[in-house]
Amino acid sequence: MENVIEAIGLTKSFGAFTAVNAISFHVQKGEIFGFLGANGAGKTTAIKMLIGIANPTSGAAKVAGFDVFTEAESIKRNIGYMSQKFALYDDLTVKENITFFGGIYGLTRAAIKTKTQALIDELNLENVANHLVGSLPLGWKQKISFSVALLHNPKIVFLDEPTGGVDPITRRQFWEMIYKAAHQGTTIFVTTHYMDEAEYCDRVSIMVNGKIEALDTPKNLKKTYKAENMNDVFLKLARG
Amino acid sequence: MRLFLGFVKKEFYHILRDRRSLFILFGMPIIQILLFGFAITNEINHVNIAIFDHSKDVTTHEIINKISASSYFTINQLINNEKDIESVFKKGKIKAVLIFERDFNKKLITNKSPTVQIIADATDPNTANTISNYINAIIQTYVKEINKDVPVVYQINAQSHMVYNPELKSVFMFVPGVMTVILMLVSAMMTSISITREKELGTMEILLVSPLKPIQVIAGKVIPYVFLSVINAMVIIVLSIFIFKMPVQGSLILLGFESVLFIITALALGILISTISATQQTAMMISLMGLMLPVIILSGFIFPVGSMPLPLQIISNIIPAKWFIIILKAIMLKGVGIMYIWKETLILLAMTLFFIILSTKKYKIRLE
Repeated sequence: MENVIEAIGLTKSFGAFTAVNAISFHVQKGEIFGFLGANGAGKTTAIKMLIGIANPTSGAAKVAGFDVFTEAESIKRNIGYMSQKFALYDDLTVKENITFFGGIYGLTRAAIKTKTQALIDELNLENVANHLVGSLPLGWKQKISFSVALLHNPKIVFLDEPTGGVDPITRRQFWEMIYKAAHQGTTIFVTTHYMDEAEYCDRVSIMVNGKIEALDTPKNLKKTYKAENMNDVFLKLARG
Repeated sequence: MRLFLGFVKKEFYHILRDRRSLFILFGMPIIQILLFGFAITNEINHVNIAIFDHSKDVTTHEIINKISASSYFTINQLINNEKDIESVFKKGKIKAVLIFERDFNKKLITNKSPTVQIIADATDPNTANTISNYINAIIQTYVKEINKDVPVVYQINAQSHMVYNPELKSVFMFVPGVMTVILMLVSAMMTSISITREKELGTMEILLVSPLKPIQVIAGKVIPYVFLSVINAMVIIVLSIFIFKMPVQGSLILLGFESVLFIITALALGILISTISATQQTAMMISLMGLMLPVIILSGFIFPVGSMPLPLQIISNIIPAKWFIIILKAIMLKGVGIMYIWKETLILLAMTLFFIILSTKKYKIRLE
């Protein structure tokens, strides 16, 4: 299998404080990789280094085949990113949002048009395509936001707590979208605080105080830590 | 380029769909210029005064006629009792009382110099001063008139001639100031708010993860405001020319060039503010307190820089608005060319570069 993310001893320090302490891992193509950790464990900093908006202090990493130190611009072209805020423009319509984000990834006008139509059909948005995004429910925004992150067919999509504040049914539907994207060969790198979602991942890493303390399939993790579910695994590790 | 145009288009959607910012952008300049032009003025017009005439003779009548004939004063009341003076002031309508002493004409003829007392309501010191000056002037003119056949020896006549604003219209002073305030407000506050809004919404993060370079993001946010500010500057100039007869003696092209330069200064400041503030509210507060107040108070817009205490005079030098107001007045009222204002222009240019470099640096640090 091809590795789309490879990190070796990736470290980020802010003065005397080491936010990310020499983490090493790899993610395979088409994998759903769960990146877990308590608040403040260093997840966000790690992601920032991988998506090219923060420079690592030391170590090495390649994302989509490009070096995080020297080829951040190429990385940006090959990844999608969705934050916990489902950041779309509320005062733009669904169509205008899609056009704008397609535009900044350099999609041609024709491509944007086809993509927009495909997206509207897929998410059943015919009736609201010309409505302002601000008037839509959170769950819809989340789905549109995810689809927008996939607009330019990235090799990897980074999802930073993509299901925060969303009801269980919508979360379930959202994970179906994730599966579909992974099935089509997109690698999914996802952080979450919902442990039931961790069970859906192919492999899960758990960060504690800047280090990756565990990395395996959910099944093996439960076995190793003699836990009933991922929640117990997480608690055992995070409490140390 | 197409990428960039898409960005600018999106920015216009933001502005045009937000009624509040639309109002600040286009309503405010018009309201401010009209307010300053019409309401706030140092000139006096039809001020109500009262007369207490002890003599009631030919001379006092003539003087009173002169005063009431001018458009500055309206004689509202005749007083016959000393006690009434105070009560007249307390009612507040009368701003000055003129008291002619007894035997006015007789004293004048017998060369004993009669006195007119002017009592002015100094709760508003500026107006009181102006009223007393105006009445004085009217009386002096009258004295000259009656003396015109009498040869006077040893007399010095001071002849004042006001250049660049012969009628001393206060609007000539306010237009450059208001233009400066508005351009500063629109350019700096609106850009800093619109950039911090993206931070708050989380869209800034998305933009930074995209292949867009940070400089493109900032330029895309700023360019619509350059465009709108230029329109604003034009609206202000047109309004002041047609409504207030403000002259533009100098070159319109030079005026345009200097305005664009100042707009860019303000935008650079706006970017700088957005790099240090996390929320729209902070950005707005910093813009208002940190920019508006100095612009209004220290730039020489309302209070002349020359009469400030030395420390304030020194501080006023680092306020871009001060230099822009000097430039504006020079072009509009004196009609000078770039040879006379190159120094001020250079200072503005240097400040702009400084702000741009500083904000780019700050912006990069923030990215870490």
